[in-house]
Amino acid sequence: MRVQWTWGGAAFQIANCALLALLGAGTLYPFLNLLAISLNDSMDTVRGGIYLLPREFTLDNYKLIFQNQRLFSATGLSVARTLLGTTAALIATTMVAYALSRREFMLRKLLNTVLVISMYVNGGLIPYYILIKQLGLTNTFLVYLLPGLLGAFNVLIMRSFFDELPPGLIESAKLDGANEFTTLFRVVLPVSLPVLATITLFLSVGHWNAWLDNYLFNTDESLTLLQYELMKILMQSTDQIGAGAGNNVDAEMMRMTTPQSIRATMTIIVTIPILFVYPFMQNYFIKGMTLGAVKG
Amino acid sequence: MSVPFIAVLFVFHYLPLWGWLMAFQKYSIPLGILGSPFIGFGQFAELFGDSRFYQALRNTFAMSGMSLIAGFVCAIGLALLLNEVRSSLYKRTIQTIVYIPHFVSWVVISNIVIYLLSPDHGPLNELLAGLEVIGEPIYFMSKEKWFWVIHTLAGLWKELGWSTIIYLAVLAGVNPEMYEAADVDGAGRFAKMRRISLPSLLPTATLLLILAVGQMLSTGYESQMLLGNSFVMDYSQVLDLYALDYSLSIGDYSYGVAISMFKSVVSIVLVLGVNTIAKRVGQSHVL
Repeated sequence: MRVQWTWGGAAFQIANCALLALLGAGTLYPFLNLLAISLNDSMDTVRGGIYLLPREFTLDNYKLIFQNQRLFSATGLSVARTLLGTTAALIATTMVAYALSRREFMLRKLLNTVLVISMYVNGGLIPYYILIKQLGLTNTFLVYLLPGLLGAFNVLIMRSFFDELPPGLIESAKLDGANEFTTLFRVVLPVSLPVLATITLFLSVGHWNAWLDNYLFNTDESLTLLQYELMKILMQSTDQIGAGAGNNVDAEMMRMTTPQSIRATMTIIVTIPILFVYPFMQNYFIKGMTLGAVKG
Repeated sequence: MSVPFIAVLFVFHYLPLWGWLMAFQKYSIPLGILGSPFIGFGQFAELFGDSRFYQALRNTFAMSGMSLIAGFVCAIGLALLLNEVRSSLYKRTIQTIVYIPHFVSWVVISNIVIYLLSPDHGPLNELLAGLEVIGEPIYFMSKEKWFWVIHTLAGLWKELGWSTIIYLAVLAGVNPEMYEAADVDGAGRFAKMRRISLPSLLPTATLLLILAVGQMLSTGYESQMLLGNSFVMDYSQVLDLYALDYSLSIGDYSYGVAISMFKSVVSIVLVLGVNTIAKRVGQSHVL
């Protein structure tokens, strides 16, 4: 049924759309502004007045960053962490969620409780810090992958999805003589693409954005990630707390460009991969989020 | 097959609880937890007499509380406005845009905030100077009184869009006949928003608010660490940062554990209390 057209209704629609457009612009502008600065000549940027478009277009800022040995290796490590960490955690999450969704699984209740409690109870930062030290995980690549291998939140989202699947699906696979692995990989997972996509998105964004474990545990320079390098530049320029924030970007690099341009360029570099992935997943993650919320 | 994964979860989520013993010890690294001497509640006695601890506690609650209230109110408001948009293409586009900051790291967000507020040609200072509101640039990030507000706004900017997802799903589920009936009765747009949309959000909103109160102390310390600096320390330092600072720079792990433990215990009490309230309210429950 169409709503009756009125002057008041039309005015409201226009005002509402304008307000939302303003919000959207407020969200986008900082990114576009930094993009323009990253593509602008660094000496020219100092004069100010760069808004949405670069004034003296150049790719020098990007070249400088990727020529820097440390930043180049940090990019590689960030990519490696994201790929390996996401794959490992996806496998772990799927296995556990599938086990928890099977009603005949004996420890189901117990494991479910263990999982849920882990979301609310934790030993706190310092005991965790000491544990990592005692396990010998400091200054290893493994500290990026292992502690976050299984997250309760993701397991619960995936389990809710598996719970919704028609029970006949698994039963008929069983009748045809499929074992648990075949059932999971040939029958359940092919119809679970939405939730797999959602969890993959959450995991990969989490890994790509992570820097605290780097800051706390991997002081070794050969293991630093892109986010952490960006954080160091940030701290350096604003007199922040934080140890080890000094002497990072090579002095030579600073002579050829400015901290402002470096910051803008690195911000764009760490943001762009995300912008290319999440909009295509929008339908999936909205479904995943609301499913998790209803079932929790 | 799932056993090794559960084991990993156990090690990293439950094993640190063992470390709480340290709060009752004079812990030293060479002696370890098993060898360090027990001193009883000495660390806690010191903790409750420490003015910087109270300062960190105040900051933690103040910033969590401000983010919670601002996020709650604005998310409902934005969901209501988005729900009124007729063109689904326009609505989707706005949604996609406002979700961006959720996926971006706090490192990037604080970088942007510090840049926007920078006294050195920062966009906000340029704007204010252009409008001739101010003569001299304002050093926003080094004003103690502003830190909580800046922190709240930064968090709002990051999570506002994302937090509308659940509300929009609820609004999409409202029976359209209710709106049609209201049209027949001659209800205007605002009347429909107030009498139909808002009430249908309330059960979900109440539950989410209760849950958020339970999570108040567990909101992390990334944002404070990245946005804070030595000028605003008295207002930016939260419990975790204080514990970290104390343990790492002074090497007194026991005191750090006592702070962490205090935080965890208060957190658990909050969650359990909130769970009981949620059950009373008749909603689903947390645990």
